[in-house]
Amino acid sequence: MTEIPKKLDPRTVPDGCKPVIEVRGLRNSFGEQVIHQDLDLTVCRGEILGVVGGSGTGKSVLLRSIIGLQTPDEGAIDVLGENMIGRDEDEAKNIRRRWGILFQNGALFSTLTVAENVEVPIREYFPHLKPPLLDEIASYKIAMGGLPANAGPKFPSELSGGMIKRAGLARALALDPELLFLDEPTAGLDPIAAAAFDELIRSLQKRLDLTVFLITHDLDTLHSICDRIAVLADKKVVAVGTIPELLALDHPWIQEYFNGPRGRAAADSYEHEVTA
Amino acid sequence: MADRDRQEGEHPNGSVYRVAGALTITRAATTQREIDALPDPLTIDLSEINRMDTVGAWIIYRTVRDRGAKVIGASRDEVSLLEQVGEFDKPARVLPEEPGGAIRVFKELGEWVVETGTTLVGLLGFFGATLIGFANVIRRPRRFRVNAVIQRFDVVGVRALGIIGLMSFLIGIVIAQQGSVQLAQFGAQIYTINLIGRITVRELGTLMTAIMVAGRSGSAFAAQLGTMKITEEIDAMRTIGVSPVEALVIPRIISAVVMMPLLSFWAMLMALLGGGVFVWFSLEIPPITYIQRLQEVTPITDLWVGLIKAPVFGFIIALAGCFQGMLVEGNSEEVGTRTTTAVVQSIFMVIVLDSVFAVFFSNIGWI
Repeated sequence: MTEIPKKLDPRTVPDGCKPVIEVRGLRNSFGEQVIHQDLDLTVCRGEILGVVGGSGTGKSVLLRSIIGLQTPDEGAIDVLGENMIGRDEDEAKNIRRRWGILFQNGALFSTLTVAENVEVPIREYFPHLKPPLLDEIASYKIAMGGLPANAGPKFPSELSGGMIKRAGLARALALDPELLFLDEPTAGLDPIAAAAFDELIRSLQKRLDLTVFLITHDLDTLHSICDRIAVLADKKVVAVGTIPELLALDHPWIQEYFNGPRGRAAADSYEHEVTA
Repeated sequence: MADRDRQEGEHPNGSVYRVAGALTITRAATTQREIDALPDPLTIDLSEINRMDTVGAWIIYRTVRDRGAKVIGASRDEVSLLEQVGEFDKPARVLPEEPGGAIRVFKELGEWVVETGTTLVGLLGFFGATLIGFANVIRRPRRFRVNAVIQRFDVVGVRALGIIGLMSFLIGIVIAQQGSVQLAQFGAQIYTINLIGRITVRELGTLMTAIMVAGRSGSAFAAQLGTMKITEEIDAMRTIGVSPVEALVIPRIISAVVMMPLLSFWAMLMALLGGGVFVWFSLEIPPITYIQRLQEVTPITDLWVGLIKAPVFGFIIALAGCFQGMLVEGNSEEVGTRTTTAVVQSIFMVIVLDSVFAVFFSNIGWI
């Protein structure tokens, strides 16, 4: 295995990068099992960063550490310029309202309608907003998430998998976040819905000037919308870069992932699309 | 800060709303209030804002849409944001449509009747499915899940010994104490023993145990099965070819049916012990006299009355718990409501049946 070039080293901050998330020397473990060791990662403002890694490499644990659902054993995590470790709830609230999270299975509140789900964060932080304006805000967020207006009064149990993801996205966008976390946004969607969802994320990212931290297994998503890709293997981020940059490395997992049959197919279709 | 940043002024052609600084969700409520306070025709001057989010843009957009306000001084970015939020103007309802007033009363009444009807039919169906399940198990005893049943015995029976024993012991003391106070008025305190012996063995031992088992295990059955229903585990079982009735319902019913008489007997003993302790210390009747007297005044039929009822109660509790659990659909709140219903239904049915048993046993001469 060759040395990772400096440009792709996760500790290197790219030129002109304003860091939104900075993870340094992270260590996570469950009992004897060490999930992360000396993990470093920087996410720059305005980029879509894709995080890939085999099952069980701790992608979700990394996300949970960054958003404060899991306290790491060691390491420093800065989000939006604030240290995330050991803060009290009140301070954390100020950062929480600046991000939105789409959980893997939507995590919609099952006893509330889609529109009420979107209103939950708004009501929590801005209790003075009155119903007509509040309902209108929920409506346009639902439309932004790409849902038809008649989805508003539906309960999560009445929605399809793709609609649940869109409703989750609408709720994540409720407070006009600067930073969006997406945990496998296209998992479980058919290819057409997945492509539409990728497109939606891309266009929202441009319109609202979002920074996106995206965990995915979907090679098409990586090719079509991610600016940089962080590869999680051997308990840390081994390299961060664009797909061509990563392909130049001879790390076994990266080669197998991007040059395996599925990786080739996704790359071919993407090249085809670009040249056409 | 808001006061410094905004200016409202009378204009020859109506009013002008001038915002400066950030027009974001943080100031949304104030901004909306200030705009509402200004008369038409309204002009909104955005030349001094440095930041606008979609909520700010939405407030401007809806003012333009509803009141025909004019926007001046917007930069290119702001104009494009205003256009973008305009694209998403698709009003959505927040809650499902509900008919109002009298119609709603009839609608809810009708739904209640239909639901009660379907629940009764469903319960009957479930009872039938359980019998078929039992028949299948008897036909092919190898499919009987011994381990599951034994595990249930532990959860339903052994682990309930402590709490049921303590409860019964205290109830024995309460009966003895209240009885002796009343009977003392006639100088008939010795009859306290009759009271303790007959009421705990014949009625209270079984009844209180049934209520405890309904609260402890009936509710657990409903919650377990309900959660498995939501996580599609029960659907998965069906597709694999495992019958949920055989794998989940029958072990639970067997455990409740077997454990109820044993727990009831234990409850009776503990209540007698509690009563005995009280009469020993308070009425100074020594234990040996207490036991002799109990044997004389409590007919053995009382014990049969108490123990015959117990498995029937156990069956009802387990059936109601499993049935309600299997009815769960949709969301997590339903697990809660179904669990509550299971406990309420089973306690109610236990008490109804208990009165039927009381009449029956009196009529056959077991008085």
